Amino acid sequence: MTHSSTPTTNEPDQPGRIRGIAGAVITVQGLIGARLYDVVHVGHERLIGEVIRLTGTRATVQVYEDTTGLRADDPVEASGAALQVELGPGLLGGVFDGVQRPLPAIRRAHGDFIARGARVAQLDRQRVWPFRPLVQPGDRVQPGDVLGEVAEVPHLMHRILVPLHLSGTIETISAGEFRLTDTIATLRVAPDGDGETAARIVPLTLMQRWPVRQPRPYLRKLDMDEPLITGQRVIDTLFPIAKGGSAIIPGGFGTGKTVTQQSLAKWSDADVIVYVGCGERGNEMTEVLQSFPQLEDPRHDGPLMNRTILIANTSNMPVAAREASIYTGITIAEYYRDMGYDVALMADSTSRWGEALREVSGRLEEIPGEEGFPAYLPARLAEFYERSGHVCCLGGDRGTAEPRRGSVTLIGAVSPPGGDFSEPITQHSLRTTGAFWALDTDLARRRHFPAIHWRNSYTLYDLTRWFRGQVHDDWELNRREASGLLQREGELLETVQLVGADALAETEQVILQVGRMLREDFLQQSAFGADAYCPPVKQFWMLKTILHHFYLLDSAVRRGVHLDRALDPALLADIARMREWPTERAEEEAYALMERADAAFLALRSND
Amino acid sequence: MGGEVNRSEFLDRHYTHGDLHMEPGTTNHPHRLLTKEYRTLSYAAGPLVVVQRTTDISYGEIAWVMLPGGVRRLAQVLEMDSDRAVVQVFAGTRGLDLERTRVVFTGDVARLSVSLTMLGRVLDGAGNPIDGGPPVVPDARPDINGQPINPYARDHPSEFIQTGISAIDGLNTLVRGQKLPIFSGFGLPANDLAAQIATQSAVLAADVERDTGRGEERFVVVFAAIGITHREATAFQRTFEASGALDRTVLFLNRADDPTIERMLTPRAALTAAEYLAFEQDMHVLVIMTDMTNYAEALREVSTAREEVPGRRGYPGYMYTDLAALYERAGRIQGKRGSITQLMIVTMPDDDITHPIPDLTGYITEGQIVLSRDLHRRGIYPPIDVLPSLSRLMNAGIGEGKTREDHRQVADQLYASYAQGRDLRRLVAIIGEGALSAEDRLYLQFAETFEREFIGQGRRDRAIGDTLALAWQLLAALPVTSLKRINRDLIARYRPDGT
Ligand SMILES: Nc1ncnc2c1ncn2[C@@H]1O[C@H](COP(=O)(O)OP(=O)(O)O)[C@@H](O)[C@H]1O
Ligand SMILES: [Mg+2]
Repeated sequence: MTHSSTPTTNEPDQPGRIRGIAGAVITVQGLIGARLYDVVHVGHERLIGEVIRLTGTRATVQVYEDTTGLRADDPVEASGAALQVELGPGLLGGVFDGVQRPLPAIRRAHGDFIARGARVAQLDRQRVWPFRPLVQPGDRVQPGDVLGEVAEVPHLMHRILVPLHLSGTIETISAGEFRLTDTIATLRVAPDGDGETAARIVPLTLMQRWPVRQPRPYLRKLDMDEPLITGQRVIDTLFPIAKGGSAIIPGGFGTGKTVTQQSLAKWSDADVIVYVGCGERGNEMTEVLQSFPQLEDPRHDGPLMNRTILIANTSNMPVAAREASIYTGITIAEYYRDMGYDVALMADSTSRWGEALREVSGRLEEIPGEEGFPAYLPARLAEFYERSGHVCCLGGDRGTAEPRRGSVTLIGAVSPPGGDFSEPITQHSLRTTGAFWALDTDLARRRHFPAIHWRNSYTLYDLTRWFRGQVHDDWELNRREASGLLQREGELLETVQLVGADALAETEQVILQVGRMLREDFLQQSAFGADAYCPPVKQFWMLKTILHHFYLLDSAVRRGVHLDRALDPALLADIARMREWPTERAEEEAYALMERADAAFLALRSND
Repeated sequence: MGGEVNRSEFLDRHYTHGDLHMEPGTTNHPHRLLTKEYRTLSYAAGPLVVVQRTTDISYGEIAWVMLPGGVRRLAQVLEMDSDRAVVQVFAGTRGLDLERTRVVFTGDVARLSVSLTMLGRVLDGAGNPIDGGPPVVPDARPDINGQPINPYARDHPSEFIQTGISAIDGLNTLVRGQKLPIFSGFGLPANDLAAQIATQSAVLAADVERDTGRGEERFVVVFAAIGITHREATAFQRTFEASGALDRTVLFLNRADDPTIERMLTPRAALTAAEYLAFEQDMHVLVIMTDMTNYAEALREVSTAREEVPGRRGYPGYMYTDLAALYERAGRIQGKRGSITQLMIVTMPDDDITHPIPDLTGYITEGQIVLSRDLHRRGIYPPIDVLPSLSRLMNAGIGEGKTREDHRQVADQLYASYAQGRDLRRLVAIIGEGALSAEDRLYLQFAETFEREFIGQGRRDRAIGDTLALAWQLLAALPVTSLKRINRDLIARYRPDGT
């Protein structure tokens, strides 16, 4: 991680010396001037580390690279800055490690395997970007005001903002082609009264830096009234998440955390996706890298990769960088939020982040809490999820009274040991997140995907108004009816397990039939193939068709028709194929099917 | 292959014995020219030794512990302060004293000599030849810890491997570059299955490569025996011998009576050999590691000796990371012709899949093949329980042009129908068969035949076409309207009697 050399920082001239090494944690003597969470350079290879504890003249440092080969007395240099990311055009489409080093550049410099001490620029310094100013010399600007814009990818204007600690008057600003570190404008900043007397002129560039552990400020949080549309029926219909909300997906191995996260990355209606592969498989990152550039963005021209930023710190990469990767990701997400965009961040898996925390804590010999996790685990989790939100951004577009709004939606996978949700990471995450999508091992084993269990999952977001306004007035009615039926079916199935289906009344048998339709023909949705994305309208009409069938079956058996006779195999087969409907014909198809069912049931009546 | 191995050579290496790639007194670390020797031991217990008043030791470096009487043991620096080093001794501290024992630091990390001449050789768990043959003449001497493959350099595995086993090929397809463990229980035939896969997939690999001119020599097996019995190790050797694969195999043997801490090295040495063969020599390498449970026990032993805060059931909190560092050494790299496929055996203590060893393994690997005691008792071989089994890379390796267009949907349908049959079986156990409908009985019957014929294929080698044909034949017993997972077109095309 590089660091800014702001003029206020004192660079110490004497390096510290390594005194002890245990895994990723080293102790250093004589690291003068280092502050907590400052970045340091360790050893002759200048490995990246971060100060995590100061005691007397000793500093404890977590190292973001393999410490093998370091020795006592090796030098450790303070950088004078905290762990920071570089923010500017060139992030979209990129793939970075946990401390934002671009993996393609590391490969060019060091080959197919990741070497220690790789030093590459975080953002490409050579590339030029066309900058179009939106303010003029003489304009007064505040933190977060838009200076101008760069078309980073065809569909997204990268707004260059006034750095969040500066305000003043624009001295100069020019349009043209710039590299990230070229001066695009100068700002006259009034004396801060803190010893400073004269105004100073600050050069502004396309690129800024921000310390990852510090949330980026905003004006205020707003209500969350719009859903993040995911195109996943079980989520949008039963357990929707708001833009700016947060959700966790806990599940044992093989239950579908990664596939779900990847589906959300592909299909959800965010402007920017930050996908953090935190301590998981290398091949899963490769899969995203190889498939996203080939997939069309469903909402804009161009490939999906254009709106995606990948942070890959896989399970075999250094543990401490795994801990940092989550913060690197969220800081980038906040940066695009501040431009006024809807950003969704997927973290797969937050458990690996928690374990990295535990591992470092263990090396520090801190007193362990539950299951060896440090006592501050709940606080760290809460801090992380609190960085989600629908906000009113700092600064505004010139000429418009409406301030910019943006959002960061957080979706964290959780990998509970043994698939048991009573463990600390699941439990503490539950307290600070709004939606809970519980993956179920049994469902996964019988290949019911997504294996999000309808009985254990929940959402705290009430998005009824939006769905009623944007999709259909009956949205909420349908949803309630479907949840109720699934609930009833679950109870009845328990009875069947004890006494067999024969003991049930015909009306209850109807509920079993319809419950099964809901599960198999509605909730099940393969992430692979044409059904991977199902827009809300289609979700609505599919559900409506099943519920209509329920009313018909229910009234038929109440009239004394036997269920066996009421069930028409041809109709059932067509219901099972609703997922093949083209979206734009969903309503039409639904009506056709419902009318056919009406006719069939009318015929039943006349047979009676 | 050499004859019987000298056991004492196994446990202790003598000064004169050529071996693990480093002689005391040589160093290739640029920062230090002199080898450091210390007689300042202050502590020895279990696998650990503490050496005092050390200077200029590097973290992770290899040392030799020299016992009185000319025996030396390989060791590694686990932790260090400015004047003290904690050293892990791979062969244990038995027979060691604090006065006369010396520790020699080499200034280098653990390395393995690799070259093509390794093929056909038998090495110990730390990589020293034990077949009576000469030392491996090194072409390179890589660090056995390897380095992480840059995810950006990986190529996504997508080449179908025909193992000849229907439960795998049909339902949990293995692809080249995948890491797929077999979760087994004590007494279940996991080793047989692994050996069968190794020999049968070798044959197909040869078929595939025939046109390219380089035939079967491109398929090799690296076998890491980690704490397995003499009998098991011999059985593997025999199978490879019988199939003629022995000279395309590298065997690393750490047996049940070998030093337990040496098991920390065995998979690393094996994977280092595999990386060389795959990425320097363009070979398709199948790495079989058995039994990873023994590896995890060794890891726990070291952790306990270090008095670390234990994680779940006494295993160290970093076990996930440690295992991942091994398992992630599988895969493909863009622009390289070779590949590393890992097949590891994990014995589930108490048949418990939630035990930390299988649990963490399943979180890292690309699926799992789960063996069932119930099927085994009923005489079904291979006793694969397909419901908890999974291949995460299956989709990339199947379909038109790879296996067949109907593969995915047939697999989904088999799963759904079999799961339903199993549910009914459970129900029958409670309420009796009387309550079942005619259709229910079909599913019950389906589950039986599926287990007996599809899964229980015995030792025969079944081509993927035959596997799919059998699947359709079994599905024909179910009403066509219940085949909800398969398209109408495909049903029309493949169902034995049309629709
Ligand atoms: N929505 C889905 N559609 C189809 N298959 C799925 C879906 N979700 C999961 N799967 C299957 O489950 C497997 C495991 O899913 P994955 O997301 O990798 O699990 P986890 O991350 O929880 O370990 C996948 O390889 C895939 O076969
Ligand atoms: Mg996953």
